[in-house]
Amino acid sequence: MNNNDRLERQERIRNFSIIAHIDHGKSTLADRILEKTKALTAREMKSQLLDSMDLERERGITIKLNAVQLNYTAKDGKEYIFHLIDTPGHVDFTYEVSRSLAACEGAILVVDAAQGIEAQTLANVYLALDNDLEILPVINKIDLPAAEPERVRKEVEDVIGLDASEAVLASAKAGIGIEDILEQVVEKVPAPTGDPNAPLKALIFDSIYDAYRGVIAYIRVVDGTVKVGDKVKMMATGKEFEVTEIGVFTPKTTQRDELTVGDVGYLAAAIKTVGDTQVGDTITSAKNGATEALAGYRKLNPMVYCGLYPIDSSRYNDLREALEKLELNDSALQYEPETSQALGFGFRCGFLGLLHMEIIQERIEREFKIDLITTAPSVIYQVTMTDGEELRIDNPSDMPDPQKIAHVEEPYVKASIIVPNDYVGAVMELAQGKRGIFIDMQYLDTNRVSVVYEMPLSEIVYDFFDQLKSSTKGYASFDYELIGYKQSKLVKMDILLNTETVDALSFIVHRDFAYERGKIIVEKLKELIPRQQFEVPIQAAIGNKIVARSTIKAMRKNVLAKCYGGDISRKRKLLEKQKEGKKRMKQVGSVEVPQEAFMAVLKMDDQQK
Amino acid sequence: MTSAAYIHIPFCHQICHYCDFNKVFMKNQPVEEYLKCLDGEMGMAEPGHYQSIFVGGGTPTALNEKQLAFLTRSIAERLPVLPGVEYTFEANPGELTLEKLRILKEGGVNRLSIGVQSFNDEHLKRIGRMHTKQDVYKTIQDAEKAGFDHVSIDLIYGLPEQTLEDAVDTVEKALALDLPHYSAYSLIIEPKTVFYNLMAKGKLPLPKEESEADMYEAVMNSMEAHGLVQYEISNFARPGFESRHNLTYWNNEEYYGFGAGAHGYVNGERYANFGPLKKYMEPIEEMKWPRMTAQKTTAQEQMEEEMFLGLRKMEGVSISDFEKKYKKSPLHVFSGPVEEMKNRGLLQVKNNFICLTHNGKFLGNEVFQSFLIQ
Repeated sequence: MNNNDRLERQERIRNFSIIAHIDHGKSTLADRILEKTKALTAREMKSQLLDSMDLERERGITIKLNAVQLNYTAKDGKEYIFHLIDTPGHVDFTYEVSRSLAACEGAILVVDAAQGIEAQTLANVYLALDNDLEILPVINKIDLPAAEPERVRKEVEDVIGLDASEAVLASAKAGIGIEDILEQVVEKVPAPTGDPNAPLKALIFDSIYDAYRGVIAYIRVVDGTVKVGDKVKMMATGKEFEVTEIGVFTPKTTQRDELTVGDVGYLAAAIKTVGDTQVGDTITSAKNGATEALAGYRKLNPMVYCGLYPIDSSRYNDLREALEKLELNDSALQYEPETSQALGFGFRCGFLGLLHMEIIQERIEREFKIDLITTAPSVIYQVTMTDGEELRIDNPSDMPDPQKIAHVEEPYVKASIIVPNDYVGAVMELAQGKRGIFIDMQYLDTNRVSVVYEMPLSEIVYDFFDQLKSSTKGYASFDYELIGYKQSKLVKMDILLNTETVDALSFIVHRDFAYERGKIIVEKLKELIPRQQFEVPIQAAIGNKIVARSTIKAMRKNVLAKCYGGDISRKRKLLEKQKEGKKRMKQVGSVEVPQEAFMAVLKMDDQQK
Repeated sequence: MTSAAYIHIPFCHQICHYCDFNKVFMKNQPVEEYLKCLDGEMGMAEPGHYQSIFVGGGTPTALNEKQLAFLTRSIAERLPVLPGVEYTFEANPGELTLEKLRILKEGGVNRLSIGVQSFNDEHLKRIGRMHTKQDVYKTIQDAEKAGFDHVSIDLIYGLPEQTLEDAVDTVEKALALDLPHYSAYSLIIEPKTVFYNLMAKGKLPLPKEESEADMYEAVMNSMEAHGLVQYEISNFARPGFESRHNLTYWNNEEYYGFGAGAHGYVNGERYANFGPLKKYMEPIEEMKWPRMTAQKTTAQEQMEEEMFLGLRKMEGVSISDFEKKYKKSPLHVFSGPVEEMKNRGLLQVKNNFICLTHNGKFLGNEVFQSFLIQ
């Protein structure tokens, strides 16, 4: 390709992503676009193609990014090259959204014609605006009986402040409006600006690990051209590699000779460790490279921590291998070995949020077949000691003695909740019960209200989302962002089983709520821990002071004293089942404790009702 | 040779709320054809003499006189017995008429196991039994009249809303009959029963574990006070009147199981017959065994079963018998579980026997499962 060809081609490139609240039809729209541009034959088409992990398809969410190159012949007769970059729609993955948006010039904003704008929609739109993207509103699901496209159009204008007069009315499911959307992409999304002759600058927006080719970087070329055989340099690490393969996703990986300005594709260079290709880094030529890197992204730090322990302690090494493998494709996952007196050897893991945590747990249990015990999630507390020393505590059991603590700070978030009028009271009650501080309330239209609270992240981690859903019959949408640390009156609550402290059950609680929570958790544990041969006292303690107590009664009778014929196999099965149940429990001191008990602190609120 | 036989009669006039055995409402069922198939199945067994025969159900006494006569003749012909054998029929109070009793006596039956369950008419109704306390007394009298001196009754404790006093009252009334053998079972809620469904809906007010344990303790005390010796977790007898048939199971010996849904253990193989009548009957008409499953037990399984069945007996497992049978000592094969259970105070080794302690009787499953090594 010569330079003029490259420039001419660049004019025909459109890079965009789709942003939407979960369930508003993002994946279906992506499928329709793939269909319309004939990226796939009918035979290859399966629903929600871009969600490639089983878990993604089952849960209907996107976790990993995907980028596809498509060819579209527009009404003006010209063939355009589209790069569609898929984005996750969940609050935990905001970071990934920001990465994909940085590789685009435009974004299709999908809003459900019945539900209107949701908290996540807003969060993503602001991200897109921060990235100077051209936003094309699409009002989806107009074929639903409850659709009110004009109301939603007005909402988009009033709430977001976008011109929605040309918003496409579409139904991705029914295939309505797809062509209009593609035409708007051609007309409105700007072609990439950049110089194919300038030194190479390619943004790494994601990476995956492939056992055969090493790390594969997902890149967007901003300036210059890259070819197989080129020597390239990672600007952040300074490491150099020879490019072994480049290509695009159509969505199958398709090798190309070169990638140039505006192209979105992949690059392999026999890179052994994921750390060598940091997401957000810029790739340039080894010789005469660019002097200034592209603006990368802030690396997002985990917000939620928990301990992961194999139930069968002999599988500790398997668990480490599982985490190592998952980390290759999930740079947000952090882990380090930790030891618990109660649970033995395991890992303290950091996650972007609760969904992220759940997904990792589920993948370990499912893909690596390791039964896990998960301790209740914790946030990071900043502790200032009386001698002035500062500590970061991500495990409640590490909290120092209260006498040595000057003060403790905990992370606060700004929680935005959008909810129908009728449920505002319920939301406020919930937020206040979670130590929320009211900030703002606004009517989006006559029926829907946006409520903003500041509240401790730890309260959100303790099943806030589930409770929000149940107290609003699922109508509330919710988003949060970290706003910083605030001082709180926090204490560590220890749990003693049979008079021994079980470190894995300790949690941090606000002093004003401590007695109440202590009472609830000892009752909850009494329910969850089966009877043992001896009586087991359960105590909740702050320091040396017992604040709540209950008792698991001793097992009195467990014997099959039933009239039975000669069905010995069945008796055997019954005994085997009982034995199997025991294997899924963890021996803590002299007490056998089931998996669920370690998450009991999360379920405390069921009891309050 | 296998010298014990269980024969299953899967018919009932009324289905009890706790029963999960293979059974059907008797009305409009092909009872005669079934009895013929049973005859055919027994005819396929290896020839030999039987030491114990047990006819259970379902309700064997739901059969009418003609059917009973056919069945007892068929058994006598197919399963020849030696003198002094134990030959038991299960019976429901109220269904067992004097005439039926005479037919059984004539057919060689010498032991009756009567499903009394409770002496409280309210409780009987609640668990779906048709009979009353009065029917029990009448049946026992008639049995005596017909010449049965070996009569056992079954009781169930831990019934919905039953108190400790209720349970003791039932046991005392049962003991007042001065019979040579009693079984006292605890109510176990099994899937596919009325009670299971009620429990799932939260509508089955069962006694708490503590109170069930107290009932068991009270039952054992009453039995002992009346001179009955506990020889198994749920069974009590005057010396010499222990059920030989049930001991077959606990001694891990072989037995035939005839009839729909019956289980057997023959030549090292545990099998189950088809439960549905049609499925059971079809193969027999072609002179084939009506087996749904059949599996050889491995040496390891046999040893495990020897333990978890044998430990149900109060005398426990004889170390020397075990060694004779398996050429290994149970104290070596199961050194881990034996130690652990001893430490937990549930098991003891006395002279030549490994057996449960008093506490062990209450927590038998804890012990039994520890002997499953896989």
